[in-house]
Amino acid sequence: MQSLSKVWLFCALLLVSSLASANNLTIEITRGSDQALPIGVVPFAGSDGMPEDVAQIVQDDLERSGYFDPLARSDMFEQPSQSNDVQFGTWRSLDVRYLVVGRAEQTEGGFELQFELMDISGQRRMVGETVTVRGNDLRGAAHYISDQIFEEITDIRGAFSTKIAYVTAQGVADNMQFGLYVADADGRRSEQVLTSDQPIMSPAWSPDGGKLAYVSFESGRPAIYIQNVATGQRVQATSFEGINGAPTWSPDGRRIAMSLSKDGQPEIYIMDIGSRSLERITNNNSIDTEPAWAPDGQRLLFTSDRSGGPQLYQYSLSGGEAERLTFTGNYNARGRYSPDGEQIFLIHRSSRGYQVARQDLSGDRLVVLSESTRDESPSVAPNGTMVIFATQQGGNGVLSAVSADGRSSFRLPSAQGDVRDPAWSPFLN
Amino acid sequence: MQLKPLARSLAAALSIVVIAGCSSTGGTQDGDSYGSQDGSTTGSSTSGTGTGSQYGSSTGSGSGASQQADSRIPEVRTIYFDYDRDTIKNEYESVVMAHARYLRANPNAQVVLHGHTDERGTREYNMALGERRANAVARFLNIQGVSSSQMSVVSYGEERPAVNGQGESAYAQNRRVVFNY
Repeated sequence: MQSLSKVWLFCALLLVSSLASANNLTIEITRGSDQALPIGVVPFAGSDGMPEDVAQIVQDDLERSGYFDPLARSDMFEQPSQSNDVQFGTWRSLDVRYLVVGRAEQTEGGFELQFELMDISGQRRMVGETVTVRGNDLRGAAHYISDQIFEEITDIRGAFSTKIAYVTAQGVADNMQFGLYVADADGRRSEQVLTSDQPIMSPAWSPDGGKLAYVSFESGRPAIYIQNVATGQRVQATSFEGINGAPTWSPDGRRIAMSLSKDGQPEIYIMDIGSRSLERITNNNSIDTEPAWAPDGQRLLFTSDRSGGPQLYQYSLSGGEAERLTFTGNYNARGRYSPDGEQIFLIHRSSRGYQVARQDLSGDRLVVLSESTRDESPSVAPNGTMVIFATQQGGNGVLSAVSADGRSSFRLPSAQGDVRDPAWSPFLN
Repeated sequence: MQLKPLARSLAAALSIVVIAGCSSTGGTQDGDSYGSQDGSTTGSSTSGTGTGSQYGSSTGSGSGASQQADSRIPEVRTIYFDYDRDTIKNEYESVVMAHARYLRANPNAQVVLHGHTDERGTREYNMALGERRANAVARFLNIQGVSSSQMSVVSYGEERPAVNGQGESAYAQNRRVVFNY
């Protein structure tokens, strides 16, 4: 209990410090989609002096998704706060297709937010809700509102209330500091999960979003740990000789696929978390690593250099030979399935460099999505609309994201050293 | 349990210091900086006086002088690799040979071979490439008669670069295997 309260105190301190300064990642939109829907998000009435500008958070969420092109506040002649006050003609003249209005009110235990979404061309109210906020969690409430608006308009579940885990690194050679963090999907409210002077790698979320598996070298060698994000409690899952790497959870949360080199070359294994028993999946003289579990739980995608260079292969857990999926170029690695299991996202070496690419499983055509050329570690949003990845900007590692169709992208630069190895959480509510 | 061999080699190193004054091998390689590959190759060939004739032969310790050299840990402890390769380049064979002689002469000595890559490519795949490099050195040492029980391998992949920065000169300094005693 005491250690738990220490953890909370620690988190509270971290929150305070991140509010004060710079642990947060800040968003820069790098490419907007030409098909983005024009939307107005009117500042919420009564929100002056509140700790967060809810409408601004909603507007930023919608813009970042690439699906929306928000109207600048300075272009709003009027600022209605409820549907009855909306003059449709005014907003039509501004070429706005959708409008979000709302009110905020401080209550005894927190805040109450009311929002309404209007279809301007259809001249109707689409949806509205009163959101009760306990304590100070206005950001959480804003992301919830963004989720409702996004789903109402696009029919796709919003992923604004999700988290990202990522690794930071500073220094060089034997004098380095590594950190594992969890932040909101917009990079804000980052919290430290672990720090070490030894490498931390490959964080992976459990399907319920409660745990992270990751690789830590804290014992002087790589080992896989499983940590409860809320309590900080953790266990060492593996510490075999050689590489203990690339953990990923099965969709049922009971098994972890990983790469182990205890028998010589790195091979794919599946560990049953309860019994710790291991099943060996690959067996050959080449590198087999970076497994990913298909959403149906029946297939594994992994990187192998059995053909001479790294390419992606798919293995069916019901048996048979692994099937090679990628044939474009001589470097395709670190694949991840889309949530519907029909596409894969990967790192492809093109003539320009290492880039995020997409390939349909029904064909072998590969499409490069990113414009950066030092990309690594793609991780797909749980609704499949965006892929977050690590890249370089001005000599520093930064996180970047690109929409699954490649039309829009944004960057989350950090003030503190290199940021890398992002992992997008599953839906958390 | 590591203390014993460590103490031994410390004692050995101390006793060497006394003799080193008259030995041509001593001292010259101190302050070896990354990238000064010429320096390191000449340095190591000094410590391996007569290696040319010993290549391929399994007996490494012929003269009294080389026995003295073999009682201290070779000073050049990093070798570098070409992009995407795990072949030990000719210019570094003498370095690895010097470590082989040292490990043979000191059966209680333990070395951990740290394999590293440059930052290009994916992290876990690079982890595997770093291990491949370290394993290549371990195999070479093994062929030279070093017992497997004296060696272990840890790959750091691209996680611990020797230098930060992009470009071939940084990359070349990061693709390496380091001998850690």
